[in-house]
Amino acid sequence: MALSDAETIRRTYWRENRRWMLILGSIWFVVSLGCGVLWVEPLNQIRLGGFKLGFWFAQQGAIYAFIILIFSYASVMARLEKRLGLEEPEA
Amino acid sequence: MSLTETTYWVVGASFALYILIAIRSRAGTTQEFYVAGKGIHPVANGMATAADWMSAASFISMAGLIGLSYNGYGGSVFLMGWTGGYVILAMLIAPYLRKYGKFTVPEFIGDRYYSDAARVVAVICLIICSVTYVIGQMKGIGVAFSRFLETDYETGLFSGMFIVFFYAVLGGMKGITYTQIAQFCVLIFAYTVPAIFISLQLTGQPIPQLGLGSTLADGTYLLQKLDQTLLDLGFQEYTTSVRGSTLNMAAFTASLMIGTAGLPHVIIRFFTVPTVRAARASAGWALLFIAVLYTTAPAVAAMARLNIMQTLAPEPGQHLAIEERPAWFKNWEQTGLLGIDDKNGDGLIQYSADPETNELVKLDNDILVLANPEIANLPNWVIALVAAGGLAAALSTAAGLLLAISSAISHDLLKRTLMPDISERQELMASRLAMAVAVLGAGYLGLNPPGFAAGTVALAFGLAAASLFPALLLGIFSKRVTREGAILGMLAGIGVTLAYVFQHKGIMFIPGTGFLGDLPPNWFFGIEPNAFGVVGALVNFTVSLFVSRLTAPPPESVQQLVEDIRIPVSPRSS
Repeated sequence: MALSDAETIRRTYWRENRRWMLILGSIWFVVSLGCGVLWVEPLNQIRLGGFKLGFWFAQQGAIYAFIILIFSYASVMARLEKRLGLEEPEA
Repeated sequence: MSLTETTYWVVGASFALYILIAIRSRAGTTQEFYVAGKGIHPVANGMATAADWMSAASFISMAGLIGLSYNGYGGSVFLMGWTGGYVILAMLIAPYLRKYGKFTVPEFIGDRYYSDAARVVAVICLIICSVTYVIGQMKGIGVAFSRFLETDYETGLFSGMFIVFFYAVLGGMKGITYTQIAQFCVLIFAYTVPAIFISLQLTGQPIPQLGLGSTLADGTYLLQKLDQTLLDLGFQEYTTSVRGSTLNMAAFTASLMIGTAGLPHVIIRFFTVPTVRAARASAGWALLFIAVLYTTAPAVAAMARLNIMQTLAPEPGQHLAIEERPAWFKNWEQTGLLGIDDKNGDGLIQYSADPETNELVKLDNDILVLANPEIANLPNWVIALVAAGGLAAALSTAAGLLLAISSAISHDLLKRTLMPDISERQELMASRLAMAVAVLGAGYLGLNPPGFAAGTVALAFGLAAASLFPALLLGIFSKRVTREGAILGMLAGIGVTLAYVFQHKGIMFIPGTGFLGDLPPNWFFGIEPNAFGVVGALVNFTVSLFVSRLTAPPPESVQQLVEDIRIPVSPRSS
């Protein structure tokens, strides 16, 4: 049935989208509010060169992780859209 | 050539470039004026967004805020907060609003909540956030001119207004986008060059991000040395000094993150790319470009702080004689950013954490970035570049904010609410007029900053977090939230946040009218007013969801709109 196909694609897309948001969102929380704020003291016991690890996450690491997270999300979504035939035409 | 002459040449050249771009990118339609014709490449939009985002405060003040006011680790709230918001934008906001595909943020709120009242509330929230923000930029322009070009504040402000007026009125979003790309290049070059030099001088490592974790000439780690020097002077350790409490730091970081994701002038940048896919990628590029400055800033903060302290106290217990202070020190004393008071009359400058005996009575945050090139003995052209960079940062952010304000007025208030019958040409005319009025209004506020202007940038984030962000998020992720829920939610969020800020900081920031006093013991769970946006957002969410359950569900057409924006193209029914 044509209509239910479109509906299945819609549902699959949204389910997969939410799954990735949840996975990447959890990492987002862990690297920033987790490693940078909540668990900073235990992490500071570990050293990374001249950095205490918790301090490094708060002032450098979290930002690098954010960049990787966004590009990962962009790429998994682009692949998902290709798989489901939801690619937009280039303007 | 003298320093002032060099600065005039460098700043003049950058301004000539912006004007040239403005002439070549005039807007001919409302689509070009509001969203640059939706034809901007995602990498180019990433650069423009980075310039849009990084304000005078990011460029001039942030390193000092981290290194001095927040004493190191505490300043991480700005670094994580002002970058982490882009992850939320990329995943939860930008792609869906791009798919919606119209011109402004209040327009989405008005359509999704099927209500002109919701649109008008969103316009009001937008104007409060953006106007408080733009005052800071106008002041930044005036200050940068007066410090580097030795003009007075007013002349500086008028020159900046003239430039913004020129390209924003002519080109709208199109002109702003291309000038922002140029401004990004100027500001990032101006920020990183002195940072590379100072990192090389202190650690021999040219990359400041690595230099921060490297060793000094004497073999000790830079951060270890900094911690020790601060402890010797009676301060807290640099790498561990928490701002308030852990809860306060978490709330502050979260407020800045969701505030970032709710600021209209940032969101509308993602309306300019051709596809939903491009909007997601563009957020990644934007953050990559922003990160160049945001990962350099903590290195500048630590290195400049150490430099200044080692100038004042080369060895523990040893103090710089007032007679022997270097030339840059005297120069910045004249501007009022540095100040000494030889309290015990021994001819030496004792710098310490104790306000009773501290003789470095004025140490302004901005000094860490502004004086860096002179402290490191860099050539005049580098100092001139810092001036051009600071101006680029302020101008680019001001232009983006002014576009958000003027499009809310000409499109949302005029075209969508008050006079729906005006033609495309009339609306374009109206948008130029609204832009002109917005520039003049911002200039006026820059000349006569209202009492509440200080510290308002942080407030803008709190308000965006508490008002617009929840309305946008719920509008995308829930089909059940109703117009009544959204309107009351926005009003409750902005109300709670303003009430909390006013009760501690004074009504409209008038000193003495705050009835609870700005003291940590009176703070709600120890959360400072600037960090309260996240609580306002929670109130907004709660009110919206609760009221929505009590009111009739949104009409079928709105539920269809939500389905449509969640997916980049409709699935082919084959």
